[in-house]
Amino acid sequence: MTPYGGTASTIIEIKEITRQFGELTALNSVSLDIERGELFGLLGPNGAGKTTLISILSTLLSPTSGSAVVCGHDVRKDEDMVRRSIGVVFQDPSLDDELSGQENLDFHGRLYGLDRESRRTRIDEVMRLVDLEDRRHDLIKTYSGGMRRRLEIARGLMHRPQVLFLDEPTLGLDPQTRRKIWNYIRGLKESYGTTIILTTHYMDEADQLCSRVAIIDHGLIVALDSPANLKASLGGDLLELETPTVHPDFVEKLRNSQEVRRVSAHNGRVTLTVAKGESFIPRVFETAQSLGMEIASVSMRKPNLEDVFIKLTGREIRQESITEPKERIRIYMWGRRR
Amino acid sequence: MSISPAIYTLWLREVIRFGRNRSRLIGSMALPVLFLVVLGSGFGGFFRYRNDVTYIEFIGPGIVGMTLLFSAMFGGMNVLWDKQFGFLKEILVAPVSRTAIMTGKTIGTVTTSMVRALVLLAAMITAGLVKVHLGGFLMTLIFMFLISASFVSLGIALASWMTDPHGFQLIMNFVIMPVFFLSGALFPLERLPRWLEILTLLNPLTYGVDGMRFALGGPYRFSPLVDLAVLLFFWLAMTFIGAFMFRKMSA
Repeated sequence: MTPYGGTASTIIEIKEITRQFGELTALNSVSLDIERGELFGLLGPNGAGKTTLISILSTLLSPTSGSAVVCGHDVRKDEDMVRRSIGVVFQDPSLDDELSGQENLDFHGRLYGLDRESRRTRIDEVMRLVDLEDRRHDLIKTYSGGMRRRLEIARGLMHRPQVLFLDEPTLGLDPQTRRKIWNYIRGLKESYGTTIILTTHYMDEADQLCSRVAIIDHGLIVALDSPANLKASLGGDLLELETPTVHPDFVEKLRNSQEVRRVSAHNGRVTLTVAKGESFIPRVFETAQSLGMEIASVSMRKPNLEDVFIKLTGREIRQESITEPKERIRIYMWGRRR
Repeated sequence: MSISPAIYTLWLREVIRFGRNRSRLIGSMALPVLFLVVLGSGFGGFFRYRNDVTYIEFIGPGIVGMTLLFSAMFGGMNVLWDKQFGFLKEILVAPVSRTAIMTGKTIGTVTTSMVRALVLLAAMITAGLVKVHLGGFLMTLIFMFLISASFVSLGIALASWMTDPHGFQLIMNFVIMPVFFLSGALFPLERLPRWLEILTLLNPLTYGVDGMRFALGGPYRFSPLVDLAVLLFFWLAMTFIGAFMFRKMSA
Protein backbone atom coordinates (compact mmCIF):
# COMPACT_ATOMS: atom_id res chain seq x y z
CA MET A 1 0.00 0.00 0.00
CA THR A 2 1.20 3.50 -0.83
CA PRO A 3 0.56 6.41 1.53
CA TYR A 4 -2.37 7.30 -0.68
CA GLY A 5 -4.11 3.98 -0.19
CA GLY A 6 -3.67 2.44 -3.66
CA THR A 7 -1.45 -0.51 -4.48
CA ALA A 8 2.17 -0.02 -5.57
CA SER A 9 1.17 -0.30 -9.21
CA THR A 10 -1.50 2.38 -8.98
CA ILE A 11 -0.38 5.38 -11.03
CA ILE A 12 -3.51 7.53 -10.82
CA GLU A 13 -5.75 7.66 -7.84
CA ILE A 14 -8.97 9.62 -7.98
CA LYS A 15 -10.95 10.08 -4.79
CA GLU A 16 -14.46 11.47 -4.75
CA ILE A 17 -13.78 14.17 -7.27
CA THR A 18 -16.66 16.57 -7.78
CA ARG A 19 -16.60 19.49 -10.18
CA GLN A 20 -19.38 21.98 -10.56
CA PHE A 21 -19.81 24.71 -13.13
CA GLY A 22 -22.41 26.92 -11.51
CA GLU A 23 -25.54 24.80 -11.27
CA LEU A 24 -24.18 22.04 -13.46
CA THR A 25 -22.44 19.09 -11.83
CA ALA A 26 -19.94 17.88 -14.43
CA LEU A 27 -18.42 15.23 -12.15
CA ASN A 28 -20.27 13.77 -9.21
CA SER A 29 -17.97 12.21 -6.60
CA VAL A 30 -15.96 10.11 -9.03
CA SER A 31 -13.47 7.63 -7.58
CA LEU A 32 -11.17 5.58 -9.75
CA ASP A 33 -7.76 3.88 -9.64
CA ILE A 34 -5.68 3.42 -12.76
CA GLU A 35 -2.84 0.94 -12.86
CA ARG A 36 0.63 1.56 -14.28
CA GLY A 37 0.87 0.47 -17.92
CA GLU A 38 -2.86 0.33 -18.52
CA LEU A 39 -4.58 1.50 -21.67
CA PHE A 40 -7.62 2.85 -19.93
CA GLY A 41 -10.76 4.17 -21.62
CA LEU A 42 -13.28 6.73 -20.41
CA LEU A 43 -16.35 6.08 -22.49
CA GLY A 44 -19.45 8.22 -22.51
CA PRO A 45 -21.57 10.63 -24.52
CA ASN A 46 -20.63 14.28 -25.01
CA GLY A 47 -21.05 16.24 -21.81
CA ALA A 48 -20.63 13.17 -19.63
CA GLY A 49 -17.66 14.72 -17.82
CA LYS A 50 -14.76 13.00 -19.58
CA THR A 51 -12.91 16.15 -20.61
CA THR A 52 -13.54 17.72 -17.20
CA LEU A 53 -11.87 14.73 -15.56
CA ILE A 54 -8.87 14.93 -17.92
CA SER A 55 -8.57 18.68 -17.27
CA ILE A 56 -8.50 18.08 -13.52
CA LEU A 57 -5.93 15.30 -13.80
CA SER A 58 -3.74 17.51 -16.01
CA THR A 59 -3.97 20.48 -13.56
CA LEU A 60 -5.80 22.79 -15.97
CA LEU A 61 -8.89 22.82 -13.77
CA SER A 62 -9.20 22.39 -10.04
CA PRO A 63 -11.90 20.15 -8.58
CA THR A 64 -14.70 21.61 -6.47
CA SER A 65 -14.00 18.86 -3.95
CA GLY A 66 -12.13 15.58 -3.73
CA SER A 67 -8.52 14.77 -4.50
CA ALA A 68 -6.45 13.14 -7.20
CA VAL A 69 -2.91 11.83 -7.17
CA VAL A 70 -1.02 11.42 -10.45
CA CYS A 71 2.37 9.64 -10.38
CA GLY A 72 2.54 10.24 -6.63
CA HIS A 73 1.81 13.97 -6.85
CA ASP A 74 -1.32 15.74 -5.71
CA VAL A 75 -2.91 17.64 -8.62
CA ARG A 76 -3.89 20.51 -6.34
CA LYS A 77 -0.72 20.93 -4.31
CA ASP A 78 2.04 19.82 -6.63
CA GLU A 79 0.96 20.99 -10.08
CA ASP A 80 4.46 21.36 -11.43
CA MET A 81 5.49 17.79 -10.62
CA VAL A 82 2.25 16.45 -12.10
CA ARG A 83 2.87 18.46 -15.29
CA ARG A 84 6.35 17.04 -15.58
CA SER A 85 5.09 13.47 -15.47
CA ILE A 86 2.21 13.72 -17.91
CA GLY A 87 1.59 14.37 -21.59
CA VAL A 88 -1.74 15.63 -22.87
CA VAL A 89 -3.31 15.47 -26.31
CA PHE A 90 -6.29 17.79 -26.11
CA GLN A 91 -9.61 17.26 -27.81
CA ASP A 92 -9.33 20.57 -29.62
CA PRO A 93 -6.32 21.28 -31.81
CA SER A 94 -3.40 22.84 -29.96
CA LEU A 95 -0.62 23.28 -32.50
CA ASP A 96 0.82 26.57 -33.70
CA ASP A 97 -0.29 26.78 -37.34
CA GLU A 98 2.43 29.18 -38.31
CA LEU A 99 5.26 26.98 -37.14
CA SER A 100 6.43 23.83 -38.89
CA GLY A 101 5.92 20.37 -37.43
CA GLN A 102 9.51 20.26 -36.29
CA GLU A 103 9.29 23.72 -34.72
CA ASN A 104 6.19 22.76 -32.78
CA LEU A 105 8.04 19.76 -31.37
CA ASP A 106 11.15 21.82 -30.68
CA PHE A 107 9.07 24.39 -28.81
CA HIS A 108 7.58 21.59 -26.73
CA GLY A 109 10.99 20.09 -25.99
CA ARG A 110 12.31 23.47 -24.83
CA LEU A 111 9.32 24.02 -22.54
CA TYR A 112 10.00 20.66 -20.92
CA GLY A 113 13.67 21.54 -20.47
CA LEU A 114 15.18 19.07 -22.95
CA ASP A 115 18.67 20.00 -24.14
CA ARG A 116 19.52 20.45 -27.81
CA GLU A 117 20.80 16.90 -28.29
CA SER A 118 17.79 15.17 -26.72
CA ARG A 119 15.46 17.43 -28.64
CA ARG A 120 17.14 16.43 -31.89
CA THR A 121 17.07 12.69 -31.24
CA ARG A 122 13.57 12.65 -29.82
CA ILE A 123 12.09 14.72 -32.62
CA ASP A 124 13.56 12.19 -35.07
CA GLU A 125 12.21 9.35 -33.00
CA VAL A 126 8.64 10.54 -32.55
CA MET A 127 8.40 11.84 -36.13
CA ARG A 128 9.31 8.36 -37.31
CA LEU A 129 6.77 6.84 -34.93
CA VAL A 130 3.90 8.78 -36.47
CA ASP A 131 5.24 8.70 -40.07
CA LEU A 132 5.62 12.43 -40.49
CA GLU A 133 9.36 12.57 -41.22
CA ASP A 134 8.87 13.79 -44.77
CA ARG A 135 6.55 16.61 -43.65
CA ARG A 136 8.56 17.83 -40.69
CA HIS A 137 9.57 21.14 -42.23
CA ASP A 138 6.12 21.99 -43.57
CA LEU A 139 3.97 24.52 -41.75
CA ILE A 140 1.10 23.07 -39.73
CA LYS A 141 -1.43 24.98 -41.80
CA THR A 142 -0.64 22.63 -44.68
CA TYR A 143 -1.30 19.51 -42.59
CA SER A 144 -4.51 17.47 -42.81
CA GLY A 145 -6.61 16.78 -39.72
CA GLY A 146 -5.17 13.31 -39.31
CA MET A 147 -1.60 14.57 -39.62
CA ARG A 148 -2.19 17.23 -36.99
CA ARG A 149 -3.55 14.62 -34.65
CA ARG A 150 -0.56 12.37 -35.22
CA LEU A 151 1.82 15.24 -34.60
CA GLU A 152 0.01 16.11 -31.38
CA ILE A 153 0.36 12.53 -30.21
CA ALA A 154 4.05 12.61 -31.13
CA ARG A 155 4.44 15.85 -29.19
CA GLY A 156 2.70 14.43 -26.15
CA LEU A 157 5.33 11.68 -26.08
CA MET A 158 8.43 13.77 -26.59
CA HIS A 159 9.24 14.32 -22.95
CA ARG A 160 8.60 10.61 -22.19
CA PRO A 161 5.69 11.11 -19.82
CA GLN A 162 4.70 8.31 -17.49
CA VAL A 163 1.06 9.01 -18.26
CA LEU A 164 -0.40 10.16 -21.55
CA PHE A 165 -3.92 11.59 -21.72
CA LEU A 166 -5.64 11.40 -25.08
CA ASP A 167 -8.90 13.32 -25.19
CA GLU A 168 -11.02 12.02 -28.09
CA PRO A 169 -7.94 11.21 -30.18
CA THR A 170 -9.88 10.32 -33.33
CA LEU A 171 -12.75 12.81 -33.18
CA GLY A 172 -13.77 13.89 -36.65
CA LEU A 173 -11.26 11.70 -38.50
CA ASP A 174 -12.06 9.31 -41.32
CA PRO A 175 -12.13 5.56 -40.57
CA GLN A 176 -8.80 4.87 -42.26
CA THR A 177 -6.98 7.55 -40.28
CA ARG A 178 -8.65 6.39 -37.08
CA ARG A 179 -7.30 2.90 -37.62
CA LYS A 180 -3.83 4.30 -38.19
CA ILE A 181 -4.01 6.28 -34.98
CA TRP A 182 -5.19 3.22 -33.09
CA ASN A 183 -2.08 1.43 -34.30
CA TYR A 184 0.14 4.28 -33.08
CA ILE A 185 -1.55 4.21 -29.70
CA ARG A 186 -1.03 0.46 -29.38
CA GLY A 187 2.56 0.95 -30.48
CA LEU A 188 3.17 3.49 -27.72
CA LYS A 189 2.04 1.16 -25.04
CA GLU A 190 4.27 -1.58 -26.38
CA SER A 191 7.39 0.53 -27.04
CA TYR A 192 7.39 2.76 -23.97
CA GLY A 193 5.05 1.09 -21.50
CA THR A 194 3.30 4.45 -21.17
CA THR A 195 0.11 4.44 -19.16
CA ILE A 196 -2.53 5.76 -21.53
CA ILE A 197 -5.89 7.21 -20.57
CA LEU A 198 -8.12 7.97 -23.50
CA THR A 199 -11.60 9.40 -23.63
CA THR A 200 -13.94 8.53 -26.44
CA HIS A 201 -17.57 8.36 -27.35
CA TYR A 202 -16.82 5.81 -30.06
CA MET A 203 -17.78 2.35 -28.80
CA ASP A 204 -15.53 0.46 -31.16
CA GLU A 205 -12.56 2.60 -30.17
CA ALA A 206 -12.89 1.71 -26.50
CA ASP A 207 -13.56 -1.90 -27.39
CA GLN A 208 -10.60 -2.28 -29.75
CA LEU A 209 -7.99 -0.42 -27.73
CA CYS A 210 -8.63 -0.46 -24.03
CA SER A 211 -7.79 -3.06 -21.46
CA ARG A 212 -10.27 -1.48 -19.07
CA VAL A 213 -13.16 0.89 -19.63
CA ALA A 214 -15.09 3.16 -17.32
CA ILE A 215 -18.49 4.06 -18.70
CA ILE A 216 -19.32 7.56 -17.57
CA ASP A 217 -22.68 9.28 -17.83
CA HIS A 218 -23.90 12.54 -16.29
CA GLY A 219 -20.72 12.81 -14.23
CA LEU A 220 -21.01 9.35 -12.71
CA ILE A 221 -19.10 6.17 -13.42
CA VAL A 222 -21.83 3.66 -14.16
CA ALA A 223 -19.63 0.66 -15.01
CA LEU A 224 -15.95 -0.24 -14.79
CA ASP A 225 -14.45 -3.41 -16.26
CA SER A 226 -12.70 -4.88 -19.30
CA PRO A 227 -14.67 -4.55 -22.56
CA ALA A 228 -15.04 -8.35 -22.66
CA ASN A 229 -16.48 -8.51 -19.16
CA LEU A 230 -18.78 -5.57 -19.80
CA LYS A 231 -20.18 -7.26 -22.86
CA ALA A 232 -20.40 -10.61 -21.05
CA SER A 233 -22.44 -8.89 -18.33
CA LEU A 234 -25.29 -8.70 -20.82
CA GLY A 235 -25.47 -12.48 -20.62
CA GLY A 236 -24.90 -13.62 -24.16
CA ASP A 237 -25.58 -13.02 -27.83
CA LEU A 238 -28.37 -11.01 -29.36
CA LEU A 239 -30.84 -12.82 -31.64
CA GLU A 240 -33.30 -10.87 -33.72
CA LEU A 241 -36.21 -12.65 -35.38
CA GLU A 242 -38.66 -11.27 -37.87
CA THR A 243 -42.01 -12.89 -38.19
CA PRO A 244 -45.34 -11.94 -39.82
CA THR A 245 -47.30 -12.93 -36.70
CA VAL A 246 -46.15 -13.52 -33.14
CA HIS A 247 -48.03 -16.38 -31.48
CA PRO A 248 -49.16 -15.38 -27.97
CA ASP A 249 -47.32 -18.30 -26.34
CA PHE A 250 -44.11 -17.88 -28.29
CA VAL A 251 -42.46 -15.26 -26.10
CA GLU A 252 -43.57 -17.04 -22.94
CA LYS A 253 -42.10 -20.35 -24.12
CA LEU A 254 -38.78 -18.79 -25.02
CA ARG A 255 -38.61 -16.95 -21.73
CA ASN A 256 -38.93 -20.23 -19.90
CA SER A 257 -35.82 -21.69 -21.53
CA GLN A 258 -32.82 -21.68 -19.27
CA GLU A 259 -30.44 -20.10 -21.79
CA VAL A 260 -32.56 -17.01 -22.41
CA ARG A 261 -31.79 -13.87 -20.38
CA ARG A 262 -34.22 -11.43 -21.93
CA VAL A 263 -36.95 -11.44 -24.54
CA SER A 264 -38.87 -8.60 -26.03
CA ALA A 265 -41.37 -8.50 -28.88
CA HIS A 266 -42.27 -5.43 -30.83
CA ASN A 267 -44.04 -5.08 -34.21
CA GLY A 268 -43.29 -8.59 -35.43
CA ARG A 269 -39.70 -8.33 -34.25
CA VAL A 270 -38.53 -10.51 -31.37
CA THR A 271 -35.22 -9.76 -29.67
CA LEU A 272 -33.56 -12.34 -27.42
CA THR A 273 -30.46 -12.27 -25.28
CA VAL A 274 -29.17 -15.83 -25.20
CA ALA A 275 -26.12 -17.44 -23.60
CA LYS A 276 -25.01 -19.33 -26.70
CA GLY A 277 -26.67 -17.86 -29.72
CA GLU A 278 -25.47 -20.33 -32.35
CA SER A 279 -26.82 -23.44 -30.66
CA PHE A 280 -30.05 -21.75 -29.66
CA ILE A 281 -31.18 -20.87 -33.21
CA PRO A 282 -32.52 -24.42 -33.93
CA ARG A 283 -34.53 -24.28 -30.72
CA VAL A 284 -36.16 -21.06 -31.87
CA PHE A 285 -37.30 -22.77 -35.06
CA GLU A 286 -38.57 -25.83 -33.16
CA THR A 287 -40.57 -23.63 -30.82
CA ALA A 288 -41.99 -21.64 -33.71
CA GLN A 289 -42.94 -24.80 -35.64
CA SER A 290 -44.66 -26.34 -32.64
CA LEU A 291 -46.88 -23.26 -32.51
CA GLY A 292 -47.40 -23.21 -36.27
CA MET A 293 -45.59 -19.89 -36.55
CA GLU A 294 -43.57 -18.68 -39.50
CA ILE A 295 -40.14 -17.04 -39.13
CA ALA A 296 -39.07 -14.70 -41.92
CA SER A 297 -35.48 -14.10 -40.83
CA VAL A 298 -33.02 -14.60 -38.00
CA SER A 299 -29.94 -12.57 -37.33
CA MET A 300 -27.42 -12.98 -34.57
CA ARG A 301 -24.72 -10.63 -33.34
CA LYS A 302 -22.31 -10.40 -30.46
CA PRO A 303 -23.20 -7.61 -28.07
CA ASN A 304 -21.08 -4.44 -28.23
CA LEU A 305 -20.41 -1.69 -25.74
CA GLU A 306 -23.32 0.28 -27.16
CA ASP A 307 -25.63 -2.48 -25.91
CA VAL A 308 -23.95 -2.26 -22.52
CA PHE A 309 -24.48 1.48 -22.47
CA ILE A 310 -28.15 1.13 -23.44
CA LYS A 311 -28.68 -1.47 -20.72
CA LEU A 312 -27.04 0.76 -18.10
CA THR A 313 -28.57 4.08 -19.01
CA GLY A 314 -31.61 3.25 -21.13
CA ARG A 315 -30.25 5.57 -23.84
CA GLU A 316 -28.02 5.33 -26.87
CA ILE A 317 -24.74 7.16 -27.19
CA ARG A 318 -25.50 9.38 -30.12
CA GLN A 319 -23.23 8.82 -33.04
CA GLU A 320 -22.14 12.28 -33.91
CA SER A 321 -22.41 13.45 -37.45
CA ILE A 322 -20.17 16.00 -39.09
CA THR A 323 -22.84 18.67 -38.78
CA GLU A 324 -22.84 18.82 -35.00
CA PRO A 325 -21.79 22.26 -33.76
CA LYS A 326 -18.63 21.16 -31.97
CA GLU A 327 -17.37 19.51 -35.11
CA ARG A 328 -18.23 22.47 -37.26
CA ILE A 329 -16.32 24.83 -35.02
CA ARG A 330 -13.30 22.58 -35.19
CA ILE A 331 -13.33 22.55 -38.96
CA TYR A 332 -13.97 26.26 -39.13
CA MET A 333 -11.02 26.92 -36.90
CA TRP A 334 -8.70 24.72 -38.87
CA GLY A 335 -9.86 26.35 -42.04
CA ARG A 336 -9.04 29.92 -41.16
CA ARG A 337 -6.56 30.02 -38.42
CA ARG A 338 -5.03 33.50 -38.30
CA MET B 1 13.20 23.98 -15.50
CA SER B 2 14.67 27.28 -14.54
CA ILE B 3 12.83 30.34 -15.70
CA SER B 4 15.11 31.70 -18.42
CA PRO B 5 14.91 28.85 -21.01
CA ALA B 6 11.12 29.09 -20.88
CA ILE B 7 11.25 32.85 -21.41
CA TYR B 8 13.64 32.34 -24.31
CA THR B 9 11.32 29.70 -25.82
CA LEU B 10 8.31 32.02 -25.77
CA TRP B 11 10.45 34.88 -27.14
CA LEU B 12 11.73 32.65 -29.93
CA ARG B 13 8.21 31.72 -30.97
CA GLU B 14 7.22 35.37 -31.40
CA VAL B 15 10.34 36.17 -33.37
CA ILE B 16 10.03 33.14 -35.68
CA ARG B 17 6.41 33.93 -36.39
CA PHE B 18 7.25 37.57 -37.02
CA GLY B 19 10.07 36.78 -39.42
CA ARG B 20 7.99 34.26 -41.30
CA ASN B 21 4.94 36.28 -42.11
CA ARG B 22 6.11 38.92 -44.59
CA SER B 23 2.64 39.91 -45.69
CA ARG B 24 1.63 40.71 -42.13
CA LEU B 25 4.79 42.75 -41.64
CA ILE B 26 4.13 44.74 -44.80
CA GLY B 27 0.46 45.07 -43.86
CA SER B 28 1.27 46.42 -40.44
CA MET B 29 3.73 48.98 -41.87
CA ALA B 30 1.32 50.22 -44.52
CA LEU B 31 -0.97 52.18 -42.19
CA PRO B 32 1.78 54.18 -40.44
CA VAL B 33 3.41 55.00 -43.77
CA LEU B 34 0.05 56.09 -45.16
CA PHE B 35 -0.55 58.36 -42.17
CA LEU B 36 2.93 59.77 -42.34
CA VAL B 37 3.10 60.43 -46.06
CA VAL B 38 -0.48 61.25 -46.98
CA LEU B 39 -1.59 63.07 -43.82
CA GLY B 40 1.84 64.56 -43.41
CA SER B 41 1.84 66.03 -46.91
CA GLY B 42 -1.89 66.73 -47.04
CA PHE B 43 -2.08 68.86 -43.92
CA GLY B 44 1.41 70.25 -44.41
CA GLY B 45 0.28 73.40 -46.20
CA PHE B 46 -2.20 74.41 -43.47
CA PHE B 47 0.04 73.73 -40.49
CA ARG B 48 1.50 76.63 -38.51
CA TYR B 49 3.38 75.69 -35.36
CA ARG B 50 6.55 77.07 -33.79
CA ASN B 51 8.49 78.66 -36.61
CA ASP B 52 9.98 76.12 -38.96
CA VAL B 53 8.41 72.79 -37.97
CA THR B 54 6.63 71.17 -40.89
CA TYR B 55 3.63 68.95 -40.26
CA ILE B 56 5.31 65.78 -41.47
CA GLU B 57 8.21 66.48 -39.09
CA PHE B 58 5.72 67.10 -36.32
CA ILE B 59 3.82 63.83 -36.70
CA GLY B 60 6.93 61.66 -37.32
CA PRO B 61 7.46 60.67 -33.66
CA GLY B 62 3.68 60.38 -33.30
CA ILE B 63 3.56 57.82 -36.08
CA VAL B 64 6.38 55.87 -34.41
CA GLY B 65 4.21 55.90 -31.28
CA MET B 66 1.24 54.72 -33.32
CA THR B 67 3.23 51.82 -34.77
CA LEU B 68 4.29 50.78 -31.26
CA LEU B 69 0.78 51.13 -29.86
CA PHE B 70 -0.88 49.07 -32.59
CA SER B 71 1.71 46.30 -32.83
CA ALA B 72 2.05 45.98 -29.05
CA MET B 73 -1.70 45.84 -28.44
CA PHE B 74 -2.29 43.39 -31.30
CA GLY B 75 0.68 41.29 -30.20
CA GLY B 76 -0.47 41.14 -26.59
CA MET B 77 -3.99 40.33 -27.66
CA ASN B 78 -2.63 37.42 -29.68
CA VAL B 79 -3.07 35.50 -26.43
CA LEU B 80 -6.75 35.56 -27.31
CA TRP B 81 -6.08 33.66 -30.52
CA ASP B 82 -3.84 31.21 -28.70
CA LYS B 83 -6.74 30.72 -26.31
CA GLN B 84 -9.25 30.32 -29.13
CA PHE B 85 -7.09 27.93 -31.13
CA GLY B 86 -5.95 25.82 -28.22
CA PHE B 87 -2.22 26.51 -28.34
CA LEU B 88 -2.43 28.21 -24.97
CA LYS B 89 -3.37 24.88 -23.38
CA GLU B 90 -0.16 23.34 -24.67
CA ILE B 91 1.75 26.13 -22.90
CA LEU B 92 -0.30 26.11 -19.70
CA VAL B 93 -0.01 22.34 -19.20
CA ALA B 94 3.79 22.50 -19.46
CA PRO B 95 5.88 22.64 -16.27
CA VAL B 96 6.54 26.37 -16.68
CA SER B 97 5.35 29.17 -14.43
CA ARG B 98 2.82 31.64 -15.76
CA THR B 99 5.15 34.48 -14.87
CA ALA B 100 7.77 33.00 -17.21
CA ILE B 101 5.17 32.57 -19.96
CA MET B 102 3.96 36.14 -19.57
CA THR B 103 7.53 37.50 -19.48
CA GLY B 104 8.61 35.58 -22.59
CA LYS B 105 5.51 36.57 -24.49
CA THR B 106 5.99 40.23 -23.51
CA ILE B 107 9.68 40.40 -24.40
CA GLY B 108 9.01 38.63 -27.70
CA THR B 109 6.23 41.00 -28.69
CA VAL B 110 8.21 44.04 -27.55
CA THR B 111 11.03 42.85 -29.80
CA THR B 112 8.86 42.52 -32.89
CA SER B 113 7.01 45.73 -32.15
CA MET B 114 10.24 47.70 -31.73
CA VAL B 115 11.66 46.25 -34.94
CA ARG B 116 8.69 47.66 -36.83
CA ALA B 117 9.06 51.05 -35.17
CA LEU B 118 12.82 51.09 -35.86
CA VAL B 119 12.26 50.31 -39.54
CA LEU B 120 9.94 53.30 -39.70
CA LEU B 121 12.36 55.48 -37.75
CA ALA B 122 15.20 54.50 -40.09
CA ALA B 123 13.08 55.51 -43.06
CA MET B 124 12.31 58.86 -41.42
CA ILE B 125 15.97 59.49 -40.64
CA THR B 126 16.87 58.66 -44.24
CA ALA B 127 14.23 61.08 -45.49
CA GLY B 128 15.59 63.75 -43.15
CA LEU B 129 12.32 64.13 -41.23
CA VAL B 130 13.96 63.78 -37.82
CA LYS B 131 17.30 64.91 -36.54
CA VAL B 132 19.03 62.31 -34.45
CA HIS B 133 22.27 61.94 -32.51
CA LEU B 134 23.44 59.03 -30.40
CA GLY B 135 22.12 60.26 -27.04
CA GLY B 136 18.76 61.08 -28.59
CA PHE B 137 18.60 57.72 -30.25
CA LEU B 138 19.26 55.86 -26.98
CA MET B 139 16.63 57.97 -25.28
CA THR B 140 14.20 57.14 -28.10
CA LEU B 141 14.90 53.44 -27.54
CA ILE B 142 13.99 53.78 -23.86
CA PHE B 143 10.71 55.52 -24.66
CA MET B 144 9.96 52.97 -27.37
CA PHE B 145 10.54 50.13 -24.95
CA LEU B 146 8.31 51.64 -22.27
CA ILE B 147 5.46 52.34 -24.71
CA SER B 148 5.69 48.91 -26.27
CA ALA B 149 6.03 46.91 -23.04
CA SER B 150 3.16 48.80 -21.37
CA PHE B 151 0.73 48.21 -24.21
CA VAL B 152 1.74 44.56 -24.68
CA SER B 153 0.89 44.01 -21.02
CA LEU B 154 -2.38 45.87 -21.44
CA GLY B 155 -3.15 43.69 -24.48
CA ILE B 156 -2.38 40.52 -22.52
CA ALA B 157 -4.52 41.71 -19.61
CA LEU B 158 -7.48 42.38 -21.93
CA ALA B 159 -7.00 39.08 -23.78
CA SER B 160 -6.87 37.17 -20.49
CA TRP B 161 -10.10 38.77 -19.43
CA MET B 162 -11.98 38.27 -22.70
CA THR B 163 -13.40 34.90 -23.63
CA ASP B 164 -13.58 35.11 -27.41
CA PRO B 165 -12.22 37.28 -30.21
CA HIS B 166 -15.53 39.03 -30.89
CA GLY B 167 -14.63 41.77 -28.44
CA PHE B 168 -11.54 42.59 -30.46
CA GLN B 169 -13.35 45.20 -32.53
CA LEU B 170 -14.56 46.88 -29.35
CA ILE B 171 -11.01 47.14 -28.06
CA MET B 172 -9.93 48.56 -31.41
CA ASN B 173 -12.63 51.26 -31.34
CA PHE B 174 -12.77 52.04 -27.64
CA VAL B 175 -9.16 51.62 -26.55
CA ILE B 176 -6.63 51.61 -29.36
CA MET B 177 -8.04 54.36 -31.61
CA PRO B 178 -8.91 56.79 -28.77
CA VAL B 179 -5.47 56.32 -27.22
CA PHE B 180 -3.92 57.09 -30.59
CA PHE B 181 -6.09 60.12 -31.44
CA LEU B 182 -5.81 61.62 -27.95
CA SER B 183 -2.04 61.30 -27.72
CA GLY B 184 -0.97 64.43 -29.51
CA ALA B 185 0.53 62.25 -32.24
CA LEU B 186 -1.43 64.12 -34.93
CA PHE B 187 -1.89 67.62 -33.51
CA PRO B 188 -0.23 69.92 -30.96
CA LEU B 189 -1.75 69.89 -27.51
CA GLU B 190 -1.71 73.64 -26.99
CA ARG B 191 -4.89 75.57 -27.78
CA LEU B 192 -7.13 72.51 -27.42
CA PRO B 193 -10.62 72.80 -25.90
CA ARG B 194 -10.39 72.16 -22.18
CA TRP B 195 -12.19 68.78 -22.23
CA LEU B 196 -9.92 67.48 -24.97
CA GLU B 197 -6.84 68.70 -23.22
CA ILE B 198 -7.81 66.84 -20.05
CA LEU B 199 -8.31 63.63 -22.00
CA THR B 200 -4.91 63.97 -23.65
CA LEU B 201 -3.23 64.64 -20.31
CA LEU B 202 -4.74 61.42 -18.91
CA ASN B 203 -3.38 59.41 -21.82
CA PRO B 204 -0.01 57.75 -21.16
CA LEU B 205 0.83 57.64 -24.87
CA THR B 206 0.84 61.47 -24.82
CA TYR B 207 3.97 61.36 -22.66
CA GLY B 208 5.53 58.63 -24.81
CA VAL B 209 5.09 60.66 -28.00
CA ASP B 210 6.26 63.83 -26.25
CA GLY B 211 9.34 62.04 -24.92
CA MET B 212 10.24 60.81 -28.38
CA ARG B 213 9.72 64.30 -29.85
CA PHE B 214 12.24 65.60 -27.34
CA ALA B 215 14.71 62.80 -28.05
CA LEU B 216 14.39 63.27 -31.79
CA GLY B 217 14.82 67.04 -31.66
CA GLY B 218 11.18 67.88 -32.29
CA PRO B 219 8.85 70.41 -30.66
CA TYR B 220 8.22 68.86 -27.24
CA ARG B 221 5.91 70.15 -24.52
CA PHE B 222 6.70 68.52 -21.17
CA SER B 223 10.01 67.97 -19.44
CA PRO B 224 11.48 64.62 -20.61
CA LEU B 225 11.77 63.68 -16.93
CA VAL B 226 8.03 64.06 -16.52
CA ASP B 227 7.48 61.95 -19.64
CA LEU B 228 9.83 59.30 -18.31
CA ALA B 229 8.26 59.23 -14.84
CA VAL B 230 4.71 58.90 -16.17
CA LEU B 231 5.70 56.12 -18.56
CA LEU B 232 7.66 54.22 -15.93
CA PHE B 233 4.68 54.33 -13.64
CA PHE B 234 2.32 53.24 -16.43
CA TRP B 235 4.66 50.42 -17.41
CA LEU B 236 4.90 49.06 -13.86
CA ALA B 237 1.13 49.30 -13.41
CA MET B 238 0.40 47.51 -16.69
CA THR B 239 2.97 44.79 -15.99
CA PHE B 240 1.37 44.17 -12.63
CA ILE B 241 -2.17 44.10 -14.02
CA GLY B 242 -1.16 41.97 -17.00
CA ALA B 243 0.60 39.41 -14.82
CA PHE B 244 -2.32 39.35 -12.41
CA MET B 245 -4.94 38.83 -15.14
CA PHE B 246 -2.82 36.25 -16.94
CA ARG B 247 -2.32 34.23 -13.78
CA LYS B 248 -6.02 34.35 -13.02
CA MET B 249 -7.07 33.23 -16.49
CA SER B 250 -8.32 29.71 -17.03
CA ALA B 251 -7.56 27.83 -20.21
